[in-house]
Amino acid sequence: MPIVIKNGRVIDPASQTDRVADVLIVDGRIAGVAPNLSSPKAEVFDATGMIVAPGFIDMHVHLREPGFEHAETIESGSRAAAAGGFTSVCCMPNTKPVNDSPMVTSYIVERGRSQAVVNVFPIGAITKGSAGEELAAIGAMKAAGAVAISDDGLPVMNARVMRRAMEFARSYDLPVIQHCEDLNLSAGGDMHEGAQSVRWGLRGIPAASEDVMVARDLLLAQLTGARYHVAHVSTRNAVAMVDHARRHGLAVTCEATPHHFALTDEDMAPYDSNYKMKPPLRSASHRAAVVEGLVSGAIGAIATDHAPHPGSEKMQEFERCPFGIIGLETALALALEELVQPGKLTLNRLVELFTTGPDAVLRLGRGTLASGAPGDVTVFSTDLSWTYDVNQSFSRSRNSPFHGRTFRGGPVATVVNGQFAWKRG
Amino acid sequence: MPAGMLGIEELDRAEIEAILARAKDFQPIQSQTVKKLDTLRGKMIVNLFYEASTRTRTSFEIAAKRLGADAVSITASGSSVSKGESLVDTLNTLAAMRPDAIVMRHWASGAPHFLARHLPTPIINAGDGTHEHPTQALLDARTILDRRPTLEGLRVAIIGDIAHSRVARSNVHLLSKFRAEIVLCGPASLLPVELEQLAPGVRLTTDIREALREADVIMMLRVQLERQHEASFPASEYFRFYGLQLEHLDLAKPDAIVMHPGPINRGRELSSEVADFQRSVILNQVENGIAVRMAVLEKVIG
Repeated sequence: MPIVIKNGRVIDPASQTDRVADVLIVDGRIAGVAPNLSSPKAEVFDATGMIVAPGFIDMHVHLREPGFEHAETIESGSRAAAAGGFTSVCCMPNTKPVNDSPMVTSYIVERGRSQAVVNVFPIGAITKGSAGEELAAIGAMKAAGAVAISDDGLPVMNARVMRRAMEFARSYDLPVIQHCEDLNLSAGGDMHEGAQSVRWGLRGIPAASEDVMVARDLLLAQLTGARYHVAHVSTRNAVAMVDHARRHGLAVTCEATPHHFALTDEDMAPYDSNYKMKPPLRSASHRAAVVEGLVSGAIGAIATDHAPHPGSEKMQEFERCPFGIIGLETALALALEELVQPGKLTLNRLVELFTTGPDAVLRLGRGTLASGAPGDVTVFSTDLSWTYDVNQSFSRSRNSPFHGRTFRGGPVATVVNGQFAWKRG
Repeated sequence: MPAGMLGIEELDRAEIEAILARAKDFQPIQSQTVKKLDTLRGKMIVNLFYEASTRTRTSFEIAAKRLGADAVSITASGSSVSKGESLVDTLNTLAAMRPDAIVMRHWASGAPHFLARHLPTPIINAGDGTHEHPTQALLDARTILDRRPTLEGLRVAIIGDIAHSRVARSNVHLLSKFRAEIVLCGPASLLPVELEQLAPGVRLTTDIREALREADVIMMLRVQLERQHEASFPASEYFRFYGLQLEHLDLAKPDAIVMHPGPINRGRELSSEVADFQRSVILNQVENGIAVRMAVLEKVIG
C-alpha cells in the first residue's frame, strides 16, 4: 500500500530540501516530495510539527547473529534499530563464526531479508577469523553483499597486513574500517586513563593507544590510496589527524558514537559496567573535540556501536565485564539533546550525520528522498518528551547507561522500503 | 544502599575522628587478661576473602570476637568460588544466611561497591584491588596519633608502588581531610601524574631524598609484583633508588616514624636495619589494626 507522510518539515540534505511538504512512497520507493500529495488507497501519516528525513543509516552495530543469539539476533536488533529511527544498519563481523567468508556474508544477508524489519548490510572481516594474519576473501564477500571490511574489536596490529588489506580493498572499491587501538598500549585497561581511573584504581586505556593507530593507518592510507574510515573516534588527536588527512585529499573519514559525544569518564557511575566500552568514555576535553568535529565536518557520521551483552556478563567485577553498550534506541534523542538543542548543530547537519555522511562511505544509494530512491524514511520529533526504559527495549540485552533518562525529542516512525517498520505506540 | 564502609573517600572528617577516638577506647582491652566485650553479642560477621591475606583477615576475625560477635571466614580457594560461582551468586547465597555484615577483600577494584548496589547486607571493604583499603588508613592514622597530637599539617611521605597501592589511596584521602602535606614518591611508571588530583595537598616526586626531606611520617609500600602486569620498573635496581635505608632517615625530622602496611620485604623496599629501627612502628600498626576494626565493626553493626 502506498504511504503518504503529510505536512512534516522535510529535511533532505542530499537535495538541499528543508520545507513543509508531503512525502509519497509507492512500490517501496520515494515517489515524490511536494505539498498536497495524495494517492488513492494510500496510508496517510500525519507528521504535522515533525521532521521527515531520509531513513537513518547506522554504519556500526553488532547484531550477534550467528553465534551469540542470547545477546541479540538480526531480528531483535533490527527492531531496536527501527525504534531508534534507523532504516539501515551495518553489522560488524565479530560473530561466531566470524564473517570472513562469502558463506557467512550470504547467511547474514539472507537472515536480514527474512527476519529483519530494516535493511541489514554486513561488514566483512579484514583477516581470517579477525586474527590479524591472513587476509579474508574480501572480493568474494563483496560479491555476496559486504559493504565494507573491518576487524572491528580486534584491530589489525600488523602494519604490513593492514597495508595489503587496504590494497585489496582498493581494488574492490571497499572502505576499510578500523577500530583504532594499539593493543599493546591498551592491554588490560578497563577505562580511559586519567584522573578517574587513577582514583578508582582501574587500569587505564590511554588516548595515545587510539592516536598511535590512527596515525599509522593514515600513513598507510596515503601509501595505498585506500578509502579508510576510523570507527568510533574518541580522542582530540585522532579527530585532528583524520581532519588533517582529509583536508590534504586523502579518502579518509570517521564516525563518532552518541556516548562519546554525550558522556565523559566523570559521568560514569562507579564500577558500573554499563559505562564500560571501547574506546572508553574519555575526559571532557576529548569529548569537546568530538563535538567540535561533528560541528566542523571533521567527523562525517554518527554511528552507535550498538553492542549487546546479556546481563549475566555485565553483572560481574568491572574488570571482568565485556566492553560495549546498546545504543540504537537512544542515538537520535542524544544527538538532539546534546548537539541540536544547545545550538551546536543545525537539524540539517544532524540529518546529514545520520544519512549522507554514512552513505558517502558505504555507497548504499540510500540516505536521500530523491524520487526513485529506496522508500526509507525517518520521522522524528524535536519536542516529544519520553523516558527510556531499557526493560522495554526491543534489544535482547539491557546494557545501557541511559536507562531512566527522560529525553526531549526522539523518533516517531520508521518506514523501510515503503512499509512502516515501527511507529511510536 | 545499606550502611557499610566502602572507602575513606566517602567518609567525612567527623566520622573518621569518631572511629579513631573509639579505637583509642579499645586499645587498653588488647592487653587485658580478659579481652572480650559483649557489644556485638549475637551478631554474625562473614569474612569473605577473594585474595590471600593473613593480617587483615585475622585482625578482623579477632576484632569481631573481642566484641562478642561470631565470625566466619571464607576464602575463595576451597569454596564455591573455585567452582566457578559468580560474585553476585556467592554474595546472594551468603546474604540469604543473614549475616549482620560482610567483610570483603577482593582482587578487583570496586567489587564491594558493585555488590553494595545489589545486596541488603552492609559490606566492609577489607581492600579492593588497587582502589581502597579503608581500615588500613584508619589504623595508620591511629598509629600516628599515638605519637603526635594531630594529623593537621604533618608532612607524610608515601614511597613505593603508588599506582597499584590501595593503601596509598586510602591514606591520601584520610590525610588530606586533615590537611596533611602528602608527598607521593616512586618511579614515574608507578606514579601516574593524575595522582595529584586525587585529593588536596598531594605532591609528587620521583626522588626519594626529596620525598623524605623534613618528613614527620614515612610510609613505605610493598612492591606489589603480583599486581604489576608488566615490568614497570627493573626489579634489580628498585632497592637502590627507592629502598629506604638507614642513612636516608637523616633527611627526615629527627623524630620521624617509619610505617609499613606489611608484609615487608627486607632488602626490597626497606633495609633490614630500617625494619628493626627504633622509630619503626610496623608492629604497632598491626596491634592497632584490631582496635580500629573493632571501632569500624561497632559503627557498622552496633
